[in-house]
Amino acid sequence: MNVLLDHLDLFRDGFIGTVSLTAASAVLALVLGVLIAGFRVSPVPPLRAFGTVWVTLLRNTPLTLLFLVAFFVLPQIVFPGISSYVLGVLALGFYTSSFVCEAVRSGINTVPMGQAEAARSLGMTFVQTLRMVVLPQATRTVIPPLSSIMIALTKNSAIAGAFNNPELFSVQKVLSDKGFNVMVIFVWVALAYLVLVFLVSGFFRLLERRLEVAR
Amino acid sequence: MSSSVLFDAPGPKARARNRTFAVVGSAALAALVAFIVYRLSAKGQLDGAMWDIFNYAGVRNSIVNGLVSTLEAFAMAGVLSLLLAVVLAVGRLSDHRPVSWVATSVIELFRAVPLLITIYVLWVGFFTKEPLWAVVIGLTLYNGAVQAEVLRAGILAVPKGQSEAAYALGMSKTQVMTTVLIPQAVRSMLPTIVSQLVVTLKDTSLGFVITYEELLYAGRQMASTILVDGENPYVPVVLVFGAIYVAMCLALSALANWIERRGRRAKTGIKVADAQTATPEGAGVGNVA
Repeated sequence: MNVLLDHLDLFRDGFIGTVSLTAASAVLALVLGVLIAGFRVSPVPPLRAFGTVWVTLLRNTPLTLLFLVAFFVLPQIVFPGISSYVLGVLALGFYTSSFVCEAVRSGINTVPMGQAEAARSLGMTFVQTLRMVVLPQATRTVIPPLSSIMIALTKNSAIAGAFNNPELFSVQKVLSDKGFNVMVIFVWVALAYLVLVFLVSGFFRLLERRLEVAR
Repeated sequence: MSSSVLFDAPGPKARARNRTFAVVGSAALAALVAFIVYRLSAKGQLDGAMWDIFNYAGVRNSIVNGLVSTLEAFAMAGVLSLLLAVVLAVGRLSDHRPVSWVATSVIELFRAVPLLITIYVLWVGFFTKEPLWAVVIGLTLYNGAVQAEVLRAGILAVPKGQSEAAYALGMSKTQVMTTVLIPQAVRSMLPTIVSQLVVTLKDTSLGFVITYEELLYAGRQMASTILVDGENPYVPVVLVFGAIYVAMCLALSALANWIERRGRRAKTGIKVADAQTATPEGAGVGNVA
């Protein structure tokens, strides 16, 4: 108990670190994921191929390897001295985007064919069909898989802590260096993750109920 | 060419536009790749000497050792997690309230706590000398919980008439479970189970954090200790090790797809789950590590 109360600021910073890391990479993953899903169903073959390669590569690579790429290869390509926060967001966001892409794509598949056909017969272009007719309807089916993807993202953000980014997991490193019992620290860290995961799944359940539409 | 309902078979105008997009898109991608290659070669990462390191017996040995350790952890964790999954799934479906309550809370706990933390706690608390066991037990707990839910979904999906018929024959609950429900559940859920094994394989790389000498750890060691012209060979190492991981995972995914196709062929009335893999045809959503 003392560990938590005496170092409340440390735990608070770790909590905030995890939340902001998760939120930023969730936004990146959503934007990239929807874009790549659009590529994968588009009428332009090179873009389709790019989407397929993107998803296949990122989904079959361990996230830890992506973190290695972000922390050791990326600084050589762009410029050295990028903050560990940005690198963590990039690794998490890129990895998660491939899962978001597949969720969106299977959501697109559940929209009745007649909807897209009607849109086409009105003379809508591919982008219009997708943006105004198909994607809004796909949203509802995409919410549940998206929920589990976001929960996975929240948990995966712990890996950023192992790469010296300040967040919940890295809190224990600071405290155990000070000689506190590691097990006690981890009880609190694990509890914090439990709270986060339940918050995320609660948020998505709310979203699901709000977006419920009879089709 | 209208493989999708989202767009018509393109007419002359659309074809011209698509061609423009194709050219612009390819050009943008090529430019990006060229920029990356240019920056990396400016850093000397693409020099022949950099790639020469893979010609040394020592380097090859450590790759093989890392691969063996990864596969070792994966094999143990795979088998143990499946065993745990059967126990947890049956426990969760038990008629005895306390049993199902315990199984449910174990499943919920280990699914909600990041795997890295489970592994780290096991390492610091119990297996400081043997990181292999921390990795294996951590993976077993997490994947056992996940596979238990998969198995439970499979058991609940078996048509009700199956268990009713078995009970009518006078079988006990244990008999119904072991001889009727679980075999059918495993069969219909096999694609998903194998897909989850891909996640297990990928997650062995978390052993990297707790100094278990698996494939990724070997790579990291190699990249940070070898110096070629004053630079660490991160790019060659990442490319080679990434290729090994992708190849292993794709092989497992292919197995899942193959099982799914076989399952669809046999008409037993029990729906076979989609193989949720990252191969181009499958639009599934699984494999969330």
